[in-house]
Amino acid sequence: MDLNTVWFLLVGVLIIGYALLDGFDLGVGSLFYVLGKTDKERKILINAIGPVWDGNEVWLLTGGGALFAAFPLVYASVFSGFYLAMMLVLFALIFRAVAVEYYFKVDTPGLQKLMGGLFFLGSFLPALLFGVAVGNVVYGIPLDAEQNYAGTFFGLLKPFALCFGIVGLFAFLLQGAAYAALKTEGDQQKRARDLSKNFAVILLVLWLIGGIYSKMAAPHLWENYQKLPLLYVLPLITLVSLILIPGWVRKNAYQKVFTASSIAFATMILTVAAGLYPNWVIATDPVKNLTIYNASSSPLTLKVMLIVALIGVPIVLLYTIYTYRVFRGKASPERNGY
Amino acid sequence: MMDLTALSRLQFTITAIFHFFYVPLTLGLAVLIAYMEYKYWRTNDEVWDKMARFWTKLFAINFAVGVASGITMEFQFGTNWADYSRFVGDIFGAPLAAEGVFAFFLESTFIGLLLFGRDKISRGMRFLSAVLVAFGTNLSAFWIIAANSWQQTPAGYKLEGGRAILTSFKEAVFSPSTLPRFLHTLDGAYVTAAFFVMGISAYYLLRKKNVEIARPSLRVGIIFGLIFALLQIYFGDIHAKQVAVTQPAKLAAFEGLWETQEKAPLLILGWPDTKNEKNVFEIGVPGLLSYLAHGDVNQPVKGIKEFPREERPPILPTFLSFHLMVGLGILMALALLWAVVELIRGKIYNNRLLLKLLLYFIPLPYIANELGWITAEVGRQPWIVYGLLKTSDAVSKLDPGQLVLTNLLFIAVYLFLGGLMLYLMVRTVKTHNENALGVAEREVA
Repeated sequence: MDLNTVWFLLVGVLIIGYALLDGFDLGVGSLFYVLGKTDKERKILINAIGPVWDGNEVWLLTGGGALFAAFPLVYASVFSGFYLAMMLVLFALIFRAVAVEYYFKVDTPGLQKLMGGLFFLGSFLPALLFGVAVGNVVYGIPLDAEQNYAGTFFGLLKPFALCFGIVGLFAFLLQGAAYAALKTEGDQQKRARDLSKNFAVILLVLWLIGGIYSKMAAPHLWENYQKLPLLYVLPLITLVSLILIPGWVRKNAYQKVFTASSIAFATMILTVAAGLYPNWVIATDPVKNLTIYNASSSPLTLKVMLIVALIGVPIVLLYTIYTYRVFRGKASPERNGY
Repeated sequence: MMDLTALSRLQFTITAIFHFFYVPLTLGLAVLIAYMEYKYWRTNDEVWDKMARFWTKLFAINFAVGVASGITMEFQFGTNWADYSRFVGDIFGAPLAAEGVFAFFLESTFIGLLLFGRDKISRGMRFLSAVLVAFGTNLSAFWIIAANSWQQTPAGYKLEGGRAILTSFKEAVFSPSTLPRFLHTLDGAYVTAAFFVMGISAYYLLRKKNVEIARPSLRVGIIFGLIFALLQIYFGDIHAKQVAVTQPAKLAAFEGLWETQEKAPLLILGWPDTKNEKNVFEIGVPGLLSYLAHGDVNQPVKGIKEFPREERPPILPTFLSFHLMVGLGILMALALLWAVVELIRGKIYNNRLLLKLLLYFIPLPYIANELGWITAEVGRQPWIVYGLLKTSDAVSKLDPGQLVLTNLLFIAVYLFLGGLMLYLMVRTVKTHNENALGVAEREVA
């Protein structure tokens, strides 16, 4: 395996890490008013993600940094090409960060309401837009001779990309509901568990429809699968995981539900990545595709960065697991600590 | 109507200035909190616990906005500076990614532990968390400054196919300006935290509120501040010497030095006139600039006229921001010296004049930090990568209308967030009660 492929996988790992961890934050935020009917319930939700959302979001920052370092031409083309959409995501993430941290600190009901609204919006928009962005990249976007996006903002809202957006959104919602079921109790937990079940079924249906749709609209995504049928294992794992969720919900096995949701989300991303490889960005004119070879950094940079990753990532995983152990158990409506 | 480059520069400026309003306090305060946690861990004295909790509360309010605005910084390289990203990606992305892996994960994870896990972990673990937060934030600063310093003094690269290609990671990270700029910036951050702690402690002493934590906090702030205010004279000098060697056009702009000359003067006051290429007036010490830049009064210092007009930075803003920064630095050092004298004489807690001064000085280091940043970044113009890539060649080909829209949004969002954060800070300080700490927090929640 060459360095470029290794980095394709490593950026993929960071994206998956982000999707699983910040995924449940975004999901909880998107379900803020569905799972948080009362003031107390909303406080529980904020506290459920309060200690960890910050670390979770770093997966995005590091993923962005890694993409910049390993595939700068992809980073440049995609980020500038999706300018307005990226800005929307940025504003959303800014608001979410502040909303989570300030929810307990603002002292008037009006301001707290505002923080709640920002938390919802700041979670919902990225949860929807990340999928739209991926949909565009894998479907094909117009690139000019300098690899700049040559389309319009509304050109990004094509049905195929929106379909990806909806699938992504439900993956985030499932992840959020499954996490909420772990962290809540009583009536709130009941709603979270029912939602987990429903979202798993909806996602299963959407995933199948999306698969058929992509076969018709973006057959290039299936070429690798024809060459190497073993890859079908990936979407198969997604399907099995989603099918298992309703049964585990009924048995109140919430840890298993969350694990299954995470596996489903991870394999969904891997399924798309396997179809995309060795491309990063499909261009309307295939000659201009950004691939892991024509858009990468030099071998030296890839090598140095690999050393950085091999040293750093295990350490990160170690203390991330430690933190989750400290904060295991149900979330409380009170803000303890400092 | 502004052009594309100006609009994108404005966007980056707004974000960077906003972001840099939060970062320095974080860097320094994290170190002070770690010290307080250390004392609590070793002595088990409740006062240190109360101090650590109080300052951590303020730290958290500040930190949230710092994180949020930091994400914007990273994304903007791609969104607004696509051609820059293509040119430097091989080099510039690596420190950003390393920051994420080594530093940002660390500070973000352990801040969660410090804020929410306080009562779930032991005192020793709390101390360790505080240390890791401080270490993470400071390491973050290192990687970011290393990346920015490469833009100032590119090293460890070769040009190939219109892109800068890495030849030595070590040389690129430790470019000639990295260490001087890191030390100078970090030191400024520590002074910021010192003035923040001193100012708020002074406020409590003036009001005779929370005296139990205000006294030791003030002491810690003064000693920490004095060390780094004095060190800054040294670090600032190292940094200026490096600029003299590696970015002579910038140094000439710092000092409004138009003609190359021996015994070049260091200006105390002045007003450069770019159009007529001279200073309208100047008061300076002859030979001091030559001495400071090269350690020898007879060594000539390059003047602005040596550089073609299109390669000169904007002189007046660079000159003014540099001189104001230095002036504020001197003012702060003097205030600290006075505070130390009063501390030794044991009269500081009743010296209302000094306490008021310390309270009103809280904004000074903030202004100095921003001025320092403006000096460094405006002084680098018209280059985005010094001597290699012009800023105007680095910008994404975006629709200016979209940029106008997002600029307005950024201004609105930042004003709102800045206002909210200031409101929360002031309210937290005003309503804080050291005796009810912990208990009251839970009731409010």
